[in-house]
Amino acid sequence: MTTLPASTNKKLGLVIDLDVCVGCHACVVNCKEWNTGGYGAPLGDSDAYGSNPVGAWLNRIHTFEVTPDDVPASIVHFPKSCLHCEDAPCVTVCPTGASYKRTDDGIVLVEEDKCIGCGLCAWSCPYGAREMDPVEQVMKKCTLCVDRIYNENIPEIDRTPACVRTCPANARHFGDFADPNSDVSIMTRERGGMDLMPEMGTKPVNQYLPPRPKTRPEAAPQITTPEPKAEGGLLGWVDKMLEAI
Amino acid sequence: MSERNLDTSPHVSDEIRKTTCYMCACRCGINVHIRKDENGKEKVRYIEGNRDHPINKGVLCAKGSAGIMQHYSPARLKKPLKRVGERGEGKFQEIEWDEALDIATDWLSDVRKTDPKKLAFFTGRDQSQSFTGWWAQQFGTPNFAAHGGFCSVNMAAGGIYTFGGAFWEFGAPDWDNTEFFMIFGVAEDHDSNPIKIGLSKLKKRGKKIVGVNPVRTGYNAIADEWVGITPGTDGLFILSLVHELLKAGTIDLDYLIRYTNVPWLVIDNPDGKDHGLFARDKDGNALVFDRTSNSIKAYNAKGIKPHVKGSFTLDDDTKVCPAFELLTGKYLSNDYAPENISEKTGVSANQIKRLAQEIAEAAFKSEVVIDQPWTDMKGEKHDKMVGRPVSFHAMRGISAHSNGFQTCRALHMLQILLGSIDCPGGFRFKPPYPRPIQAQPKPHGDGKPNEPLAGPHLGFLSDPSHLLLQEDNLTPQRIDRAYSWDAPMSSHGLMHMVISNAHAQNPYPIDVLFMYMANMSWNSSMNTAGVMKMLTDKKENGDYVIPKLIYSDAYSSEMVAFADLVLPDTTYLERHDAISLLDRPISEPEAMCDAIRWPVFEPDRDVKGFQSALLDLGARLGLPAMVNDDGSQKYQDYADYIVNHQRKPGVGPLSGWRGNGEQTGRGEPNADQINKYIENGGFSETHVPKEALYFKHANKAWQDFAVEMGLQDGHVENVFQLYLEPLRKFQLCAEGKAEPVAPDTHKERILNCFDPLPDWYEPFEGTGIDEEKYPYHALTQRPAAMYHSWGSQNAWLRQIHGTNPMYVPGEICDKAGLKDGDWAYVSSHHGKIKVPVKRMDAVNSKTMWTWNAIGKRKGAWALDEDAPEATKGFLLNHLIHELLPPKGDGLRWSNSDPITGQAAWFDLRVNIEKAEAGAEVSEPQFPAQQNAGFKTTDTVTFGKEWTK
Repeated sequence: MTTLPASTNKKLGLVIDLDVCVGCHACVVNCKEWNTGGYGAPLGDSDAYGSNPVGAWLNRIHTFEVTPDDVPASIVHFPKSCLHCEDAPCVTVCPTGASYKRTDDGIVLVEEDKCIGCGLCAWSCPYGAREMDPVEQVMKKCTLCVDRIYNENIPEIDRTPACVRTCPANARHFGDFADPNSDVSIMTRERGGMDLMPEMGTKPVNQYLPPRPKTRPEAAPQITTPEPKAEGGLLGWVDKMLEAI
Repeated sequence: MSERNLDTSPHVSDEIRKTTCYMCACRCGINVHIRKDENGKEKVRYIEGNRDHPINKGVLCAKGSAGIMQHYSPARLKKPLKRVGERGEGKFQEIEWDEALDIATDWLSDVRKTDPKKLAFFTGRDQSQSFTGWWAQQFGTPNFAAHGGFCSVNMAAGGIYTFGGAFWEFGAPDWDNTEFFMIFGVAEDHDSNPIKIGLSKLKKRGKKIVGVNPVRTGYNAIADEWVGITPGTDGLFILSLVHELLKAGTIDLDYLIRYTNVPWLVIDNPDGKDHGLFARDKDGNALVFDRTSNSIKAYNAKGIKPHVKGSFTLDDDTKVCPAFELLTGKYLSNDYAPENISEKTGVSANQIKRLAQEIAEAAFKSEVVIDQPWTDMKGEKHDKMVGRPVSFHAMRGISAHSNGFQTCRALHMLQILLGSIDCPGGFRFKPPYPRPIQAQPKPHGDGKPNEPLAGPHLGFLSDPSHLLLQEDNLTPQRIDRAYSWDAPMSSHGLMHMVISNAHAQNPYPIDVLFMYMANMSWNSSMNTAGVMKMLTDKKENGDYVIPKLIYSDAYSSEMVAFADLVLPDTTYLERHDAISLLDRPISEPEAMCDAIRWPVFEPDRDVKGFQSALLDLGARLGLPAMVNDDGSQKYQDYADYIVNHQRKPGVGPLSGWRGNGEQTGRGEPNADQINKYIENGGFSETHVPKEALYFKHANKAWQDFAVEMGLQDGHVENVFQLYLEPLRKFQLCAEGKAEPVAPDTHKERILNCFDPLPDWYEPFEGTGIDEEKYPYHALTQRPAAMYHSWGSQNAWLRQIHGTNPMYVPGEICDKAGLKDGDWAYVSSHHGKIKVPVKRMDAVNSKTMWTWNAIGKRKGAWALDEDAPEATKGFLLNHLIHELLPPKGDGLRWSNSDPITGQAAWFDLRVNIEKAEAGAEVSEPQFPAQQNAGFKTTDTVTFGKEWTK
């Protein structure tokens, strides 16, 4: 049993904009390549060229089809990684103290030397955001690129999680939710950012911005000023126009 | 809980080397982080986007981020290979480079001495076409092209013929100013990161994005509105928008008169041999009716105001009318009324009408004005740049149909009617474009023993007399039948027909087939099983029908197994390349750009960059431009060529740091040029002057800049050709009124399809089959995380796309009794495949689809034989024939656009039925090929050397 900090100084996390995510997997793969050579054990891949390749990933995109009765079916791409919950059940369930939440910034990490690979944390996470490494048998999870965001060996502008830096559609944003004036806080307020599965009581830090409504095929025109039609149809209009040219 | 001991500033890498990505065709700038392992060996630690790079501005997609796994792929070839088994088996003997090049020299010198056209050299996904084409030109064979014919030639040719530009490499939306953006069809792997960056800008500014695509994935998933169109009907949809815009008078007449040929007078003489051509003066200038003087004048006479209406009689009694009259007459017809095309396109009349209104609103009520004076080519000064902020993008989706050329033209006509070409908020040219056809080369054929070809193979013809025909005016000069009656305006060649024609020995047999980066025995061919047979068929004497096959690839692809001789290429991190303004550059609208690749690692195998091998081979063959006077090799490797080759004095493959190192565009070769590129992050970027930023087609400052930079040698006039006279000339040949007269076999389709105004006709495959028997459409989409066949060897990407179900619309599932996880047979007029099924509703109700090129042959790409790519993955290609169904005329027509020869992949018509319970294995299956790469490992733990 591991305890959570009563509060954290910062609440670092991600805003993920579902209105912009095209499901391209850039964040997924860039996360893998950064982290496989970074924090903790590599993100292994078993049977990498065989019939059942299974690798550890810290971030995955799930694709859902939405089929309401009254509008055409649509697709939502849903990137998912650890949400760095304030009430993280994966921490309190850990029998060795390997899982912990940092007091400074709220990042949830696994101290791999203490991890016995029991998998309880993965069971307790309602989001399925933790993955057991198939090769090293150690629990892996999003570190919010804790080895990038404070790293003095990389330029300041790059001190952001790899997934945020690489996202071509700018659908991912990183910041401090404890600061009401941070970009992520403002974005969340303005766009109706949502907790994922709030009923689980985990108080996730990461926020999702919902897709904006789409135009229905049968929607009426929203044109405020109808086009003036000249007498005599197009050719009448041409005459009128030519006078001015 | 107190904070643990954690190093938040760990060492990242020892060095960053900046080069150009090659994980797809987008060509982003990348920072390759290099870090030594425990033995001091340099390895890739991390690849990220280069923030300074004009294409990706720091971002990087899934493919680019998986470059590490491509660079260390077990499918990499190690050494030149000589076939020892039968073709297709993949049994090889490793040989030395000297022996390999001697074999190639032996085969090719014989061909060059006797009949150079017996070499067919086709270079697939080549990014060095200006180099490989130059090599083929020096060799003297007329048979060269890259893969454009089976990719997107309709888009490129449709654009260049119409307005001297094209999407992607040669143009882009003005993302920062556009108010309305419409994207058509499959476009995920062409300009992929720039489009994603652009879409996010539009989202941020709250501007409307409309996706027109039968499938609502990718960009269509986030579009504000989806038009779930039926495949092959995009042209009809666009012309219906045109109908609505014309009806409402929401077009930019001033723009049309200034920049297009709609005022030009078209001859009305139905029985004459000039009917439908432009009336011209004795100097060849098209005529217009001048409203100022009420008289006929040359279109370029000073001070005139051309009319666009009416009909006139010339001095010689010829009746004429402005092209605009013909244009409006055609599209105002009720044939294009939304109500009348709704059923065919699957798009409601309401949606078409509303979109037309929204487009008009954006174009004419939200003008973008930039306070920047400029001067046009007539000398008129404009104090502002005023734009119609509507923009479009399209690529292979609308292109890969037998009506694709006309559809692409229709889209460009729509842009031009709105006045939205190269204006603020519209479409913008990227340097070196605009480049209309009169500034493009004409195609060159013939080919005499031991002589170079007179000019480049590929170009843009403007007259039937430019066709590449043999003396009978019927038989094609080229093995792919490009620039023949089959495909007169085939500006990129027809790579998809080469093996089929060579096997049929029609128009003639060849001796050596030489290919690079083209997976023709798998996903890059129609009728894949047929092509495999063509490559292995033997004559009675036991020789192969296609006698010799040389292939170059970096990886153990399906095509490698069929080669007699394999020249192993490098990975993209081990090679020199020029992303050159001479062919397919990486410019952005505001800057002329080019780039290099350079070996950020030296190869650890006995492989060579293909271009370097080609220079060596060229010297061995004694090709004129590749040897010194004493016969020695002129360019030691590709880097030497990139720096020192001059296409014309002072102009070479790279524009930056020429001459004394401070010259751009023009200048003597500079030995230090590649180092300068490396210092600058692998690219060169030269900003277009402010007064030249828009209206480049008519902008004097642009023309001056283009000449100064060596992009062109003089000013080039660019009048947009809404009425495309060369098409009408071919119709006159088909009417028997002009020489050369078209053969009887081709007359009907030329008359039907070569309308000089953008037109729509039914895709060919649908008209050649029983629609009740094959009621559905089937097509592929490009996964954003996988590029062609290259991706499956990648340990990371194959976990994202390791299988490809057939996504079947709910309606069809219900009818055929299919549910998720079932297997089904999908059949076409040509073949039958067995596939896994997944139900989907966010798709056009008549269209099933799957991901492109996921299915693999067993044993290829160093995957285990039971890899899901081979056992469950599948190709649609088995259903698509390179020939159309027989029509009963005794001929088998190519499954291609009749104008450009573009492969009509997306015309496919199918049926589907449930497969009885049985083995859950896709069909057809083929015997495994042997892996010519490395032995694979079970597990990958990349990065372990730097972690615990």
